Amino acid sequence: MEIFDLTIHELHDKLKAKEVSSVEATRAMLDRIEAVDSQVNAYITVTPEQALVEAEAADRRIAAGDIAPLTGIPMGLKDIFITKGVRTTCGSRILENFVPPYDGTAVAKLKEQGAVIVGKLNQDEFAMGSSNESSYFGPVKNPWNLECTPGGSSGGSAAAIAARTATATLGTDTGGSIRQPASHCSCVGVKPTYGRVSRYGVIAYASSLDQVGPLTRDVTDAAILLGAIAGYDPKDSTSVNTPVPDYLAGLKTGVKGLKIGLPKQYFIEGLDPDVKRAMEEAIALYKSLGAELREVSLPHTEYAVATYYLIATAEASSNLARYDGVRFGHRADEIRGLKEMYAKTRAEGFGSEVKRRIMLGTYALSSGYYDAYYVKAQKVRTLIMQDFLNAFNEVDVLLTPIAPTPPFKIGEKLADPLQMYLSDIFTIPVNLAGTCGISIPAGFSAAGLPIGLQLIGKPFGEATILSTAYAFEQETQWHLKKAPL
Amino acid sequence: MKITRAEVEHVARLARLELTDAELDTFTGQMDGILAYVEKLNALDTDGIVPTSHAVPMENAFRADEPTGSIGVENALANAPQRAESFFRVPKVIE
Amino acid sequence: MKYQVVIGLEVHTQLTTNTKIFCGCSTKFGSEPNSQTCPVCLGFPGALPVLNRQVVEYAIRAGLATNCSITQRNVFARKNYFYPDLPKGYQISQFDLPICQHGHLDIEVEGETKRIGITRIHMEEDAGKLVHADISEVGDDSCVDLNRACTPLLEIVSEPDMRSPDEAIAYLKKLHQIVMYLGICDGNLEEGSFRCDANVSLMPVGSTVFGTRAELKNINSFKFIKQAIEYEIERQAEILDDGGKVIQETRLFDPNTGTTRSMRGKEEAHDYRYFPDPDLVPVLIADQWIEDVRAELPELPEAKRARYVTELGLPEYDAEVLASSRELAQYYEETVALFPQAKIVSNWVMGEVARALNDDNNRSITDCPVTPALLADLLKLMEKGTISGKIAKTVFDEMYKTGKAPERIVEEKGLVQVSDTGAIEAMVDEVLNNNPGQVEQYRGGKETVFGFFVGQVMRASKGKANPAVVNELLLKKLKA
Repeated sequence: MEIFDLTIHELHDKLKAKEVSSVEATRAMLDRIEAVDSQVNAYITVTPEQALVEAEAADRRIAAGDIAPLTGIPMGLKDIFITKGVRTTCGSRILENFVPPYDGTAVAKLKEQGAVIVGKLNQDEFAMGSSNESSYFGPVKNPWNLECTPGGSSGGSAAAIAARTATATLGTDTGGSIRQPASHCSCVGVKPTYGRVSRYGVIAYASSLDQVGPLTRDVTDAAILLGAIAGYDPKDSTSVNTPVPDYLAGLKTGVKGLKIGLPKQYFIEGLDPDVKRAMEEAIALYKSLGAELREVSLPHTEYAVATYYLIATAEASSNLARYDGVRFGHRADEIRGLKEMYAKTRAEGFGSEVKRRIMLGTYALSSGYYDAYYVKAQKVRTLIMQDFLNAFNEVDVLLTPIAPTPPFKIGEKLADPLQMYLSDIFTIPVNLAGTCGISIPAGFSAAGLPIGLQLIGKPFGEATILSTAYAFEQETQWHLKKAPL
Repeated sequence: MKITRAEVEHVARLARLELTDAELDTFTGQMDGILAYVEKLNALDTDGIVPTSHAVPMENAFRADEPTGSIGVENALANAPQRAESFFRVPKVIE
Repeated sequence: MKYQVVIGLEVHTQLTTNTKIFCGCSTKFGSEPNSQTCPVCLGFPGALPVLNRQVVEYAIRAGLATNCSITQRNVFARKNYFYPDLPKGYQISQFDLPICQHGHLDIEVEGETKRIGITRIHMEEDAGKLVHADISEVGDDSCVDLNRACTPLLEIVSEPDMRSPDEAIAYLKKLHQIVMYLGICDGNLEEGSFRCDANVSLMPVGSTVFGTRAELKNINSFKFIKQAIEYEIERQAEILDDGGKVIQETRLFDPNTGTTRSMRGKEEAHDYRYFPDPDLVPVLIADQWIEDVRAELPELPEAKRARYVTELGLPEYDAEVLASSRELAQYYEETVALFPQAKIVSNWVMGEVARALNDDNNRSITDCPVTPALLADLLKLMEKGTISGKIAKTVFDEMYKTGKAPERIVEEKGLVQVSDTGAIEAMVDEVLNNNPGQVEQYRGGKETVFGFFVGQVMRASKGKANPAVVNELLLKKLKA
C-alpha cells in the first residue's frame, strides 16, 4: 500500500500517529502526479511549491497536537473553485490566465483545516459536459481504460481519485457532474442538497442547480469531507441555515427496516445489461441486509432532460456574460471598437459546447420565447420536485443507476449533443428537485469498466444516503479495486 | 423548422458571439434538434402550476449595512487585459 | 397647430447606505478609481450578491412617503445587456414585481394642486462609469471605473401626468425634498445622486391620445430639465407641423447647447431577457416590517408646513420656507422648544441665521456655529430686556464668528442694555439741549423729528439704552 493509495481516514491515522508526515504524503502525491498524470490529464495546474509550504504548515500543526480530519491531506480541486493566487481556468481558454484575488468558502474551509492543495483539476469547460471532452486543456482519460472518458464535468476530480493522484477531491454537480464521473471512475461522489454547501467562490454554470460535493475513495471519506465543507454561509444567499449533522457518527446506522424505493422510470429498456445486472445485485444485497424494497413512480422523469437544458442554459447564458474581456480573462487582439471586442473575445475564448449552451439559453430567454421555454421549464420543474416529494412520502431512499451505460469511448458521442445530454437522464432530476444523491461503486462491466449505483435522499437527508451507501460498501468492497495504472 | 439560420444569427448578436458560417450552420441544425426535443414539455398541462426558481424554499437573505472592505485597486486590476492608471481600459464605441 | 405636452419622469435616486446593495464596499463618492471594489461588484467569477437590508428599508420608506402600496413578495431579476460599465453583463433590478406601486404626490403649480401618479418604485444596482480620462497613452479608448457599480438605486417612475415643464419641475422638487427628508438620498444632482430621465410627447390640444415619446437622458439639474423639455417641445412641434412623425428613441441632453440629440445607432434594439436572479432569494415584507418603518417615518414637509400654520400660527410663507428642508425645520423646532415664541424664532431663523449662512459660502444649517440652544439663549436675553433687538444682532454676529455664548459676549463687550431711568434721562436732556432747532420743529408740529431724537439718544448710549424707556422719557420731556 503506497501513501497515495490511502483514504483520508487512513492517512489521517498515520499522520496522527506520526508514522508519516504531511510533507512525505504530499511529496508522494506530487511524484505520483508526475509519474502518471501525463496519461490521464486530470490536472490543469499542479502547485508543488505551494503544496509543500502547506504541508510543512500542516506538520507544524500536527506536531503541536492540533490535527483536524483534513490536516495534512493532499487534495485536488476541480478548476471551477476560485483559489487565491492560483490560476483558476474553469477548463476554458477565456480564463486561461486568470489568477483570482480571493478564496471561495469551500476552499477556505479546507484550508482552515490545514488540507494541502496539490493542484487544480481538469473539467468540462464551465462544467458543461458529461465526458470531459469540452475542456480547453484536453480530454481527461479514464484510468480504468484510457480510451474511455471519465465522465464529466468533474472528470478530472474523479480520474484523480481512480489514478490515485489525490487523496480526495472536490467537484461540482449541476446535472450529474459529480455522480456520473464518480460512477465511471469507481469512486464515491456526493451531490448534496441545494443550499447545503456554499457556492461562494465556485464559478457558476447554472446557479439554481449547481452544488459542491466531495469525490473520495470510500464512503467514510465522503462523510468526512462533506462534513468539512457543509454549512451555512452568509456570503451565499441560497445557502441554508440548517445544522450540519455528524455524518461520520451516523455511518453505521445500517439499513434494517429502511424503505428503499425503485423508481420504475429508471429501470427501462435500453439499460445496459451490465448496469442492469449490477442494479439487480445491489437490490438483492439490500434485501438481504433487511431493507424493504418497493417500486415507486417518478412520472415526470422523461421531461427532466428537456427541463434541465432550458433552465441550465438560460442561467448559463447570463452567468457567462461577465466574460467580456474587460476586467479579467482573454481579450481578442486586433479589435476595432467595443462591439468587436465582445464578439471576438467571446468567440475565441469559449469552446463550442459552451457557445451552444449560451446560444440555447439566450434564445430561451429572448423576447417572445421566455414564457414558452423558460417559464414552462420552471413549471415542469415544480412537477418533477413534486414527484420526489410524493415518493419520499412512501420511502426513505431511492435506488437507481447513475448512467444507462458504463463509460463510453472518447469521441463517441461528440457529434450528437442531444445523445450526450440524454445520458444524464438519471442524475438530472436530482438537481432539478434540489435534493441529494450519492454515487458508489457497484461493480464492473464484462469489459472491466466501472458501474455506479445512485442513492437519492430527501432534502438534507445526506446522513441517510451515506449510511445506506456505507452498508453496501462494507458488504461489497468494490471500492478497494484499483485502476490498472 | 423550430429555428432559422437568421434567428440563430440574431441570438449570436444578442449573446455577443461572433460565429463563423460553419458554426452558424452547425448550431442551426443542433439547436433545431434540441428545440424539437424540448417541445415534449408542451405535452404537459402546466396551467396553475407555480414555477420553481429555487428547489429549496428560501427567503430574506440579508446582510447588514456594514462595510467589509474592498480588495484594493491593484487586486482589482491585476487580471485586466488592458489598464490605464487606476482604470480598466476598453476600446471606444464604434457605431 | 397647438400642442399639449405630456411628461412622465423616471428618477434614479442613489441611496445613502454605507455600503453597496450587494456587497460590503463603501459607496463614498470621489475616491480613486476602482478603489471601492471587491469580487462581487467587479463581477469576478464565483462571487455572489447578498442584499443589503437597509436598501429594502429605504425603499419601503420611499413607498410610504409617496402613498404607494408595498409589495409583499419581492423578486430580483437580471436585466441582461453588455456594456463595459456593467461588470456582470447584467444589472440586478426588479421587473414585474417592484417593491412599491400605485402611489402619488400632490404638487402645487400657480396656486393649484395637482396629483401626479407614481407607477412604481423599484430597487436596483447602479452601473460603474465609463469615462474618457485625460491620460495621453489612452487616446480614443475609454476608461472604466467601477466604484459606483453596485451602488443602491431606487428608480421612481411617474405616470405621464405632467402637462408643462413647470409641473415637471414642481414634481421633481417635491420628490427631491421627500427623499432628502427621508434621509435616504443626499439629493446631490451634480454628483449624480438624483438623476432624471424625462419621457416627453406631444398631442394636439384637446386630444386624449398620447403621441410618440422621446426619452431624454443625462439631465442633472432642475434648470436643465426645463431646458431639455422646452427644447423637446419645440423640436417635436416642428416635426409634427411639417407633417412628420416623432420617432420613439432615447435622446441625450447636451447642457452646453441646451439641445437634445438622438442616441440612435449607439443602442442596438434591446432584448434585456429579464429572468429571476437565481443567486438571490425572494424578499418577503411582512405587515409588521411595514408598520415599523411607518412608525419611524419623519414628519414630511407637507404635514410639517400645515402644522406650523395651525399649531404655531406661522404665516404660510414662513411655514413653507422653514419646512423646505428637514435640517432647517429641525433647527427651527429645536429653537422653538427652548424659546417658545414661534414667530420671533421664525424671523431670526429666516433672517439673521439664513443671512449669516448664506454669506458664509452657503454653509449648511447643520454646521451653524450658533446652535439652536445658543440662539434660544440670545432670544431670552432680548426678551428679558438685557439687550435690545439691535444689540442682539451684533451679539449674533459675534456668536456666529466665535461660537461663544451670548451672555459672555454681552458681558465681555459691555453690551447690557441700560434701563436705568436716571442715566437715560441725562442723555435725553443732553440731546435736547444740543438740538434746540429740532426741538422747536417738533413742538411746531413736525412729529417726524421724533425719530431723530431717538437715534441720537441711542447713539449716545452706544445702542444700549432701552428703547422703550428712551421713548417714554423723550415724549415726556418734549411735551413738557
